[in-house]
Amino acid sequence: MTDQTTRAPQTVARAARAKRANEEPYLEVSDLHVQFPTADGLVRAVQGLSYSLPLGRTLAIVGESGSGKSVSSMAVLGLHDAKTARISGSIKVGGREITGLSERALESYRGVDAAMIFQDPQSSLHPYFTVGDQIMEAYRTHRRVSKRAAKARAVEMLDRVGIPNPRRRVDNYPHEFSGGMRQRAMIAMALVNDPKLLIADEPTTALDVTVQAQILDLITDLQRDFGSAVVFITHDLGVVAEIADDILVMYAGSAIEQGPVEKVLGTPLHPYSWGLLESVPALTGEPAPLHPIPGTPPSLLAVPSGCAFHPRCEFRDRVPQDRCRTLKPDLLARTADPGHTSRCHLHEPDQVFQTDISPRLP
Amino acid sequence: MTTATATSASGVPIKDGAPLLELDDLAMHFKVRGDGLLGRKNKRVQAVDGVDLTVRAGETLGLVGESGCGKSTTARLITRLLEPTHGEIRYQGHDIAHLSERQLRPYRREIQLIFQDPYSSLNPRHTVGTIVGTALRTHGMVSRGGETARVQELLEMVGLNPEHDNRYPHEFSGGQRQRIGIARALAARPKIIVADEPVSALDVSIQAQVMNLLEELRRELGIAFVFIAHDLGVVRHFCDRVAVMYLGRVVEQGPRDELYGAPQHPYTQALLSAVPDIAVARGMPPKSRIRLEGDVPSPVDPPSGCRFRTRCWKAQDVCAQKTPPLEEKAPGQVAACHFAEPMTSLAA
Amino acid sequence: MLLYILKRIVSAISVVIVTLVASFALFFLAPTDPAGVICGPRCTPTRLADIEQSLNLDEPPLEQIGSYMKGLVVGRDFTSGGVTQHCDAPCMGYSYTLGQPVTKLLKQAFPVTLSIVLGGAVVYLSVGILAGTIAAQRRGTTLDKVTVGTTLVVNSFPYFVLALLVALYATFLPQTGYHSFLDNPLLWASGLVAAWLTLGLANAAAYTRYSRASMIESLGQDFVRTARSKGVPHRRVVYRHGLRAALTPVATIFGIDLAFQLTNAIFTESIFGLPGLGMLTLRAFAQYDLPTLLGSVFVGSVALVLMNLLVDIAYTFLDPRVRLG
Repeated sequence: MTDQTTRAPQTVARAARAKRANEEPYLEVSDLHVQFPTADGLVRAVQGLSYSLPLGRTLAIVGESGSGKSVSSMAVLGLHDAKTARISGSIKVGGREITGLSERALESYRGVDAAMIFQDPQSSLHPYFTVGDQIMEAYRTHRRVSKRAAKARAVEMLDRVGIPNPRRRVDNYPHEFSGGMRQRAMIAMALVNDPKLLIADEPTTALDVTVQAQILDLITDLQRDFGSAVVFITHDLGVVAEIADDILVMYAGSAIEQGPVEKVLGTPLHPYSWGLLESVPALTGEPAPLHPIPGTPPSLLAVPSGCAFHPRCEFRDRVPQDRCRTLKPDLLARTADPGHTSRCHLHEPDQVFQTDISPRLP
Repeated sequence: MTTATATSASGVPIKDGAPLLELDDLAMHFKVRGDGLLGRKNKRVQAVDGVDLTVRAGETLGLVGESGCGKSTTARLITRLLEPTHGEIRYQGHDIAHLSERQLRPYRREIQLIFQDPYSSLNPRHTVGTIVGTALRTHGMVSRGGETARVQELLEMVGLNPEHDNRYPHEFSGGQRQRIGIARALAARPKIIVADEPVSALDVSIQAQVMNLLEELRRELGIAFVFIAHDLGVVRHFCDRVAVMYLGRVVEQGPRDELYGAPQHPYTQALLSAVPDIAVARGMPPKSRIRLEGDVPSPVDPPSGCRFRTRCWKAQDVCAQKTPPLEEKAPGQVAACHFAEPMTSLAA
Repeated sequence: MLLYILKRIVSAISVVIVTLVASFALFFLAPTDPAGVICGPRCTPTRLADIEQSLNLDEPPLEQIGSYMKGLVVGRDFTSGGVTQHCDAPCMGYSYTLGQPVTKLLKQAFPVTLSIVLGGAVVYLSVGILAGTIAAQRRGTTLDKVTVGTTLVVNSFPYFVLALLVALYATFLPQTGYHSFLDNPLLWASGLVAAWLTLGLANAAAYTRYSRASMIESLGQDFVRTARSKGVPHRRVVYRHGLRAALTPVATIFGIDLAFQLTNAIFTESIFGLPGLGMLTLRAFAQYDLPTLLGSVFVGSVALVLMNLLVDIAYTFLDPRVRLG
């Protein structure tokens, strides 16, 4: 009866995680633009996004709805419909250019070099096919193997992602799985061809917190074993702190801050990042009042001039000559640390954070 | 503006600090059709099973738990959108658990509900003015002539432009729509608002705006809240007291600081330790972690005895045989566990 | 599952019985006197009484329903002019005007209608689903707009106009007429081609729109995105993942449509001169031939409940989430 419970509480130090980071980037996105022409006008979903990610590292892309975090990641997998999306810039995966590939070439790339898991495992699995069928399909699409071999592989993967009784479970339909198990099955399916790049689009948002913790552990664990590069899209800063090595904060289609997690969450440099931190109620410490960002995110049909965040920014008056309104800042290192960049005109943002923001945080 | 002085539905003033709402052994069992080969093996989902809770005037009680724990069903019972299978719902001492729709009318005004989804809970064909105005008229809160003025006052109170009362819900953003929902609830001048996941569909920055609004309203109007959320941080921020539910039952309840600082029940401990904490990245020492295995069992066939025992690392034979009662483990803090002991290392 | 089907059959039978009783009652409540109609304008009271007796119209209505039901199950005897005839179960009486057992008339007419309706279904299902799928994939393109436009034009014609146009202009099609499939399948098919095309094309328009709408919804589902993210080839994504899910709602409509077409093929049959159920009913209606009308009602209600049952059973095969119980 107690055999399926955990061991006694244990302490796992996140910082102790081995970082076998190979500095050669596996994924390289440069100056990516994604636009959707619509009846109301041009939706500028992603504007000049650049980042790179080596194998063995996890990059968290953080932002609110409409920030372009999902749209940019769908582009990495070549999932946008060429008829409705205009894509420019470059996406290199393992040295190979992805943008402009034919649909046929993309089909042999997806699932092999890069795979993706999604927010809602309930709707992301086909309700009419068994879990095993769906994993086998992913395997057999790219390999000439027998059904028997593919099924053995599916069982092996289900076992690897921690599904009990995989031999029996492989023949279940998705609705016979619980939410957490469905997401495990999605992960098994994504990893069945050993992709070097895994994109996880809010994979735990639809899950309960205790199940979320299991899935985060699983992804961390698998990444350590497979040494893959992981792009983790989320809006939850707690999840970022738990899982990511690097973080990229997006706002209105652009990266506004980028750097190692400890830096960006420890000494953020952009007023939007500050606003996010001040919007999240803490679990520990003295309860502090929330200081939400005023206003609402802009429409991607009419992104504000200059810095897209300036209409909501309480620090824009500290920048002379109305520059926030007229000039879009570059994503540059604003402190002595070259690995931590921010898109903000504010002078010495680290000082501003220490004096104005830090005392307000719990 | 209303004042914080509480009066009963019949107009009789009640003593400050007296219970406004009491749930006594409340249960809601839904029938589901069984799928046995021999036909009707009707099963019952024990969505809520023996819940006791008390809310005093002006107080905020948080209800947390994972999917299937019964927190939303509890919200629907309190607002009497559902009639309980068993137990009492006492509002200012009157049991409203089985009142007819007509008898419920005075209580409907004083107990308001705010929904999670601001998109689907507003009629898309009505202007905001109509939506809030209808609430005013339904509860007889306004004279014919004063309606527009009161609608605009309410919109202003929730931080919307009062001149936008002729706009339709789709012209507003998600956060603004939630404000409309709040304005509609306030129109009835309620004594208690049941808020079912009011901020979980919103983006982080908007979520904080709505939280601040609710807090302001609570302070100014003295409204009591039953605040339901799965986000433990949000509940901690907003509530005086917190009850943790698991599979239809309250497993632990206590004052906010005690419950978060020294949780007694293993489930509360696991829940708190599972929340990814941003503080780690800011150089705080990592908190100790408890990883539960598996998912929450089905409420159709809950485990015997303590319902948490199948996922609990402390479980012994007694847990399967005897349902642990809610017992006071620390001042004001009750937990239903045979092996409860406080765990303070969570509060790093 | 078995128990479920059994339960459904019981409820299906009761639906049929209720339908029959209701139509019986409606016919008797009608102000027209069937014996008078049969008797004609130069009717004598003796003849009228004779006719009434031979048709059992002199019995109280309840008794008539009783003996009708009994006839359905075990058969019954009819006495007319001193001669007694046994009518085997399922007996639905004798046609007032043709003097033949209704069961025999229905047996002759039903295969004709079934042939028309099933053949038409093959045409409209294949054309409609294919056109709908292609249009859904190319949503918003000229091809899609032309397809949708065509379906609207086709649908805006009354059905009988379409049938007449085919009858008038498609002279290259073989001569219509009904021949038993068992005797000569080729002749059977050639005699029905015109009717199949008419029924098929007219309904194909609606099925194109159903399938298109259903496909658009299905292709927008998360699981289709998942299939694409696995690298599954486009064609397979559309036909295995998308179409599979899109077919379920189409199947529901199809089941109900089929049942209605079985009883509403009047235009097709009369324009192409095919002696099916529709023709039989039309004639019975014009001549106030109650037993034959009741027989048609019976076939219609059986078809409807049967198709409903089949659709529900088909669902369990189409969608594993549906479990009957």
